[in-house]
Amino acid sequence: MINFFEKSDLSRKDAENIVSDTLKNCDDGELYFEDTKSETILLDDNKIKSSNYSSDLGFGFRAVSKEVVAYSHSNEISKDSLKKSSENLRSTLKSIKGTYNHSIIKSNKKFYEDINPIDQKSLNSKLEILNKVNDYLRKKDLKVKQVTASFSGEQKSIEIIRSEGEALTDVRPLIRFNVSVMIEKNGRKETGVYGIGGRQSYDQYLQDDNWKNVCEEAFRIASINLESVPAPAGEMKVVLGPGWPAILIHEAIGHGLEGDFNRKKISAFHNLMGQKVASEGVTIVDDGTIENRRGSLNIDDEGTPTERTVLIENGILKNFMQDRLNARLMKTRSTGSGRRENYKHIVLPRMRNTMMLNGKQTRDEMIKSVDKGIFAVSFGGGQVDITSGKFVFNCTEAYEIYNGKIGSPIKGATLIGDGPSILKEVSMVGNDMMLDPGIGTCGKAGQGVPVGVAQPSILINKMTVGGTKL
Amino acid sequence: MVKNQEYLKSKAEFCLSLAKKLGASDASVTVANSISETVSFRNKILDESNRSDSLAISITTYQNKKKSSISSSNLLDENLKTLIEKCFETTRITPIDEFNSLPDKELLAKKIKDLNIYDDTRIENNKKIEYLKELEEFASLEKKIINTESSFTENKSNFILANSDGFCDGYKTSSFSASCVAVAKDENSMERDYDYTKKRYLNEIKNPKELGKVASENTVKKLKSNKIGSEKISIIFDKRIAKGILSAFASAVTSSAISRGTSFLKDKINQQIFSSSINIFDKPDLIKGIGSQSFDSEGVQSETMKLVDKGYLKEYLIDTYNGKKLNLKSNGRSGGTTNLYFENGEINYNQLLKINSRNLYITDTIGHGVNIVTGDYSVGATGFLVENGEFKYPVSEITIAGNFNDMFKNITLANDLSFDFATNSPTMMIDGMVVAGK
Repeated sequence: MINFFEKSDLSRKDAENIVSDTLKNCDDGELYFEDTKSETILLDDNKIKSSNYSSDLGFGFRAVSKEVVAYSHSNEISKDSLKKSSENLRSTLKSIKGTYNHSIIKSNKKFYEDINPIDQKSLNSKLEILNKVNDYLRKKDLKVKQVTASFSGEQKSIEIIRSEGEALTDVRPLIRFNVSVMIEKNGRKETGVYGIGGRQSYDQYLQDDNWKNVCEEAFRIASINLESVPAPAGEMKVVLGPGWPAILIHEAIGHGLEGDFNRKKISAFHNLMGQKVASEGVTIVDDGTIENRRGSLNIDDEGTPTERTVLIENGILKNFMQDRLNARLMKTRSTGSGRRENYKHIVLPRMRNTMMLNGKQTRDEMIKSVDKGIFAVSFGGGQVDITSGKFVFNCTEAYEIYNGKIGSPIKGATLIGDGPSILKEVSMVGNDMMLDPGIGTCGKAGQGVPVGVAQPSILINKMTVGGTKL
Repeated sequence: MVKNQEYLKSKAEFCLSLAKKLGASDASVTVANSISETVSFRNKILDESNRSDSLAISITTYQNKKKSSISSSNLLDENLKTLIEKCFETTRITPIDEFNSLPDKELLAKKIKDLNIYDDTRIENNKKIEYLKELEEFASLEKKIINTESSFTENKSNFILANSDGFCDGYKTSSFSASCVAVAKDENSMERDYDYTKKRYLNEIKNPKELGKVASENTVKKLKSNKIGSEKISIIFDKRIAKGILSAFASAVTSSAISRGTSFLKDKINQQIFSSSINIFDKPDLIKGIGSQSFDSEGVQSETMKLVDKGYLKEYLIDTYNGKKLNLKSNGRSGGTTNLYFENGEINYNQLLKINSRNLYITDTIGHGVNIVTGDYSVGATGFLVENGEFKYPVSEITIAGNFNDMFKNITLANDLSFDFATNSPTMMIDGMVVAGK
């Protein structure tokens, strides 16, 4: 574990005293230290395009009273800098008094190992794999015109100091390996992208030449898109494949179940607790405790241990995702969902690994039941307006369905739906639940955090497909 | 106070000389400090105060045609030394890339124009609070508004860019911005919308009353929306959305996309890609401009460019690396466009609304449905149905789709250009796109 006081005139005792002093009339708050080492190595256009290493260090000091949050951050860890931050917090909260809540659950459970993935694999062996990827794909097919492959890895060490010297720490590894390929045939160009990753060493993901499988998958997606026809436009039935398409769940209802939007009553779900919001058979959880997953955390960024939070059980809305601030104001408990991108940002309630659990049907049954619709296998990204509930996501691999049979692949189209009603349109839930490959980043209020998703195949009765074919 | 030029210079010089000492043939360094203070309000009371002080350094070392980079927020000499050693070690084992190099010396900026992009005025937090109080007062006048969130941010930044060819320059910039997001509710639905202002000078931002009122009006008029059928219809993009079409164009003409062959506009130079009435400029020396700069992120002088002339593509956005690959000179666009805009069209806003008897007027899009490789465009949208120049009713839960190759050739612009952002467009109409709805 990093010693944040090692090269500073600020001692642990000083920091504890300043924290206790600053927060004594506040409801909550903490001093958050963070040290992040990260690297990105990128091959593009037949060359190693860049190798970047970054080392970021800083603190964020937060004081909370009633609904008001005062925050100050700096990358200078010194007595002077922390005192300046303290003054800043006090001046904001001077007329708002609170009572510090000392209770925070402790847990020793670990869902990933304390490793530094960057140092565990030599630069030379990373360069070697990137070059192999490039050669493999370009030799595989002359249609391949562009290959981009990258390693990114980081080790983030955090320490949280709460009032009265209570300290909580975590060390979080995270890696991602990504391949993108562009192919060209008769002047038409299409791309395919695939990636893998999580909170383990690079080699855990790359054993047995697994990079080849990543290449094959990116190439397969690009090849399919090369044959794609214009997508239909209008309302129709949609079958979603298992795994990554669960970003529909993430966008359509996940964000709407985050505590802040519901405390402020601006989420379309804020008055639906205990009510039926999804078809029977639909159960959705947000789980921070799955080993080595991209969205997993030992503790959240306020120090609360993560957990498996049931959001929707058999169609009924059961819980929101909470950080400490929103939990206190809504008179409930934190679900260990308080997260921040880094020390420069305030904590917000966020998703971890959001999953729809298995049902009983098979994907074949779903496809067979559709006269006209689409089968969506993979998506690029999504977005939601949590107030109106409208959400979109972009297909990167999808097919037409006609008379119960899968037809031609269709061009990338946007699907749009309404969050609160979409889950009531789920008429079949499959038995083939899959986790995504470990590539998701969720954006909210300008902060990106790593997340995971999972789901079985599902059939949605009615969604609008944003194609160009009328 | 934001760190001064001397401090940033001393750090940059320390790094350059160390890199040289280690044996780097070339090196470049950027040191930047940015201080932001934000105050946020919600429903007329203080919600958050946030002070951010960020210092960052990034260093690239070259050994002839090999290169690698590091960045850090820890500027202690001892840490920088460790990082530069690591950086140079990495450089040595990174393969040669013949196009790696510092910018050509003769292209480096020689004289820094005063672009009036730094206002030293300080607005204390209690003054920000006064602004937000007044703003929220006006934002929440309308009964249907059930939530307002607004914030005021003051930013002061300074930076130095230095390289081993002797370039060493930088300057301060400032910005003042305020935003208001309102939520309106009726029996059946909730909607949100916003207004926003950002200027280099404090005395030029919108007044709080206007900002609050516009946010409130934008939001309330979205209530009671309908979904329309799937059809081909002429689409009018509000200014705040039209600029996104221009940004998509810009990403398709960056030299990296061109040299990699991943742009639908590759090989289109000197060809007509827009309707013949369209002119596009990128102007780095706009006085007080949000996107103004004296030189790009490599130190190359940037001059005003006409990217599109009467519909013809005339220039790419070129940096040093991709320029060398394409055998073209950098035109000072490493880091992208500056103040990018469509020149005004011939007709006014009201005339534009009346060209067709039936239009879909788009005020917001969601999703990331821009594909630069193929030119395909498909996004979720909200807006209004406009008939005979009149706004009839709000429309939501639809998508709009097309391909830029066709869309660009069917653009008609109004004459209401204003410089509210770094990328700006007049109100824009595009014929022949497909709406997917019911």
